[in-house]
Amino acid sequence: MMEVRFSGFGGQGIVRCALITGKAISLYDNKFATMTQSFGPEARGGACSSQLVVSESRVLYPYVTVPGVLVALSQEAYNLYEPELGNGGILIVEQDLVKQKPDTGRVQVFPVPATRFAEELGNRLFANLVVIGFFAAVTKCVTPDAVKKALPELVPGRFLKANIQAFDKGYAYGNEIMAAKSGASVTADAMSEGVE
Amino acid sequence: MVRKVKADPKGVLEGPHFMDGDHALAEGALAAGCRFFAGYPITPSTETAERFAERCPEAGGLFIQMEDEIASITALIGGAWGGQKVMTVTSGPGFSLMMENIGLACMTETPMVIANVQRGGPSTGLPTLTAQQEMMQVRWGSHGDYRVIALVPDSPQECFDLAIEAFNLSETYRTPVFIMTDETVGHMHEKVVIPPASEIEVVERNWYTGPKDQYKPYKFGAENHMPGPMVKVGDGYRFHVTGLVHDERGYPQATVEAGKINITHIIEKIDSNADKIIRFEADQLEGAEVVVVSYGITSRIAIKAVMDARKQGIKTGNFRMITAWPFPEKQIREIASKVKAIVVPEINYGQMVREVERVAGGRCKVISVNSTGGAVHDPSEILAAIKEGRS
Amino acid sequence: MNQNANASFAQDNPMSQFLRMERMPHIWCPGCGIGTVVTAFAEAIKKSGLDLDKIAIVSGIGCTGRTAGYVKLDSFHSTHGRAIPLATGLKLANPEMKVVVFSGDGDLFSIGGNHFIHAARRNMDITVVCVNNFTYGMTGGQMTPTTPNTANASTTPFGNYEFPFSLPFLADACGATYVARWTSLHARQISASIKEALNHKGFSFIEVIAPCTTLYQRRNRLGDGLDALEYYQNDAEIAHGIDTREVDIGYQSKIKIGKFVERDKPTYLENVNQKYTNVLGDEYQLYGKTTPEKEAEAKAKAEAAAKGAV
Ligand SMILES: Cc1ncc(C[n+]2csc(CCOP(=O)(O)OP(=O)(O)O)c2C)c(N)n1
Ligand code: SF4
Ligand SMILES: [Mg+2]
Repeated sequence: MMEVRFSGFGGQGIVRCALITGKAISLYDNKFATMTQSFGPEARGGACSSQLVVSESRVLYPYVTVPGVLVALSQEAYNLYEPELGNGGILIVEQDLVKQKPDTGRVQVFPVPATRFAEELGNRLFANLVVIGFFAAVTKCVTPDAVKKALPELVPGRFLKANIQAFDKGYAYGNEIMAAKSGASVTADAMSEGVE
Repeated sequence: MVRKVKADPKGVLEGPHFMDGDHALAEGALAAGCRFFAGYPITPSTETAERFAERCPEAGGLFIQMEDEIASITALIGGAWGGQKVMTVTSGPGFSLMMENIGLACMTETPMVIANVQRGGPSTGLPTLTAQQEMMQVRWGSHGDYRVIALVPDSPQECFDLAIEAFNLSETYRTPVFIMTDETVGHMHEKVVIPPASEIEVVERNWYTGPKDQYKPYKFGAENHMPGPMVKVGDGYRFHVTGLVHDERGYPQATVEAGKINITHIIEKIDSNADKIIRFEADQLEGAEVVVVSYGITSRIAIKAVMDARKQGIKTGNFRMITAWPFPEKQIREIASKVKAIVVPEINYGQMVREVERVAGGRCKVISVNSTGGAVHDPSEILAAIKEGRS
Repeated sequence: MNQNANASFAQDNPMSQFLRMERMPHIWCPGCGIGTVVTAFAEAIKKSGLDLDKIAIVSGIGCTGRTAGYVKLDSFHSTHGRAIPLATGLKLANPEMKVVVFSGDGDLFSIGGNHFIHAARRNMDITVVCVNNFTYGMTGGQMTPTTPNTANASTTPFGNYEFPFSLPFLADACGATYVARWTSLHARQISASIKEALNHKGFSFIEVIAPCTTLYQRRNRLGDGLDALEYYQNDAEIAHGIDTREVDIGYQSKIKIGKFVERDKPTYLENVNQKYTNVLGDEYQLYGKTTPEKEAEAKAKAEAAAKGAV
């Protein structure tokens, strides 16, 4: 089972992130996903968040308790939600929008310049798809195929292609980072061994 | 006569969807053949109305946003006698406004489905946060003596399924049927599988087809107190419908005897068919020391506590009411005679627990895990009650 | 209210085919104006030549509200104030029906006022007949939103200090497309107006000033039903087409009567149909048929086919 929180500010497509990912997982990856979101005044402006509980069997308890993955696309969201991310959890941050605390190694941090990538693709609105792509590569929680199947109906038809491009961009970047990380962590291990 | 037909494919959006409970309610209604919806916006139920409005034209239905909830519920009475299957949806404040005319619908035996996506109250309360605070209001809220059927879904899929069930029950028993969902289920997205129309059974209105001059809008004292067939306006029956105590012709009769016949019918058509109406899910009741009785979203929280308790070696049973009204008396009475305690978590300050206590009649402890609303329980609160129950 | 009221109303009534004789005697007091309006209504539907099976009547609660129970049509006695939304549901669920709301001033304009203004705004295709007796008859003569200023009512025992609605002005302002007012003296004109209203497309409103003899007349020492008719005879002035801003009624003042408004505007359902047809083209069809209707159609078709084969 995996608990995921997407967070940021209103207008960044935070709810859409969870909708797309949740739909992809539960309709096309043959797993179960329950998506919840905060409503009302607290959902307008300020930090906004949507949650996914993903499981191999039917999700009983629908809420996130201790998230294993946090996606934080704004400073406020990072400040608010980082402390509740579980130890060893995966933290994905929008690197140009979030200034992080000094890394203590408590969680694994994966920065991504999602907005910049999206702008390069023509519209910052595609940033959330870059994030989903990056998220898919880093967490392996959802397959790229499933996301692409889930997209129609959830993004306007005329932007479908651009959204898929944005996803691919984020996914490719995520894979690069993961490859580098595994290389780096091997090095780190090797180094510590060397020190031994 | 209960007549089942296959759903009209026009209303069935076949396939798997990732959908919230509110939308699923609208889809269930459309699949069940509902083609008239009158409503007034209120959080957290508005999405159902919006969905219905959007899907209406292609399904051949009509949506009207009325000026308030009183108008909405009353328009349903007109809509139903106009010949349509009808629905409205609301939340706390709107539900309160509907009460008087819910009574009119019961009294005139008008089939309809009313969904209450419960939020925190009283008054404006916690409009965007979850609650289960109208479980007694739905049963007793309108004045006078009557009975209702109330179903409680625990997921978007069940919102869809129970919407169909609600329409089927409302046609079978010619009575308003309530779907007492809540903000969490209403706004939660999950996979909802809508089967093909050929696999959905819907109960047709029991249309009268006999000679015109022999039609009576009501039938009292039939076998199992089943209601009589209906007609619709415009078919030449020239029938009368009133909220006054009436005879089978529908004519007002201001006497004690007429009241006895009329009201007994309204009550007995539900009470004497309770076994056929009541639905529940039970798990590991056999040998249980403690049983958790819950409904709606709270069941999904309770199950976590139940599993934790089992892990700790406490024989814990789980009983989820799908039908809250009529209350599953028989089942709860039987549980009460075998266990040390029944634990009843609900997102209110103790409502259905009163029914459990009444039925348990002192045979076991009954522990209420109540809440002032706004959020689901922390499973540990329920677990603590299970432990308390066993000790 | 007089329970053993004039049974002769039933027997003598030339409109007996439109009334549920088995429900007579009715509950209205001698001299009460409601009966006259009901008779005029029956006259109107008779003259209209409309299929009686296709007219439904909806009332709220009150003395006037009892009308639905006496008229031999599909009829609904709803709750206090809610006749209009029930009628709205009926009309929308079964658009081929002519739906008439028949109720009192308190019912339609106090507790039900919100429904009235919105149905008028939507140009909902229904006819609303209000028997305005300036009081809550059924509950014993309290003030209503139409009680003239200074008139006495049981809840304004020292005279009414509120300002009343002018109903034609209200209806006009809210979007009604047919507005007329008569008094119960004008039986023929009421009939003619109701007949016109039934054939009018859109929201039509007819106010009928009528005496509540037992309460309003008596409490204000205005005499009996005949005295009321004499007042109408002397003080009602026909003023067709007059600006509805000028038709308010003071205590025992002149009463402007006539047809004030008649205009053409798309109805609610016309707008719905047009919108949906724009969106969906010819595919759009409001409502399906019931199974028995479908079966009857299939049977007729099969029979026709069999005949053709012979
Ligand atoms: C919700 C509600 N409130 C109050 C009443 C009591 N009540 C019955 S009739 C009536 C007034 C009716 O007045 P009007 O519509 O003018 O009819 P009339 O009797 O004068 O014809 C009232 C207040 C009620 N039945 N329902
Ligand atoms: S309105 Fe007045 S006169 Fe007419 S029946 Fe009612 S109480 Fe009697
Ligand atoms: Mg009155």
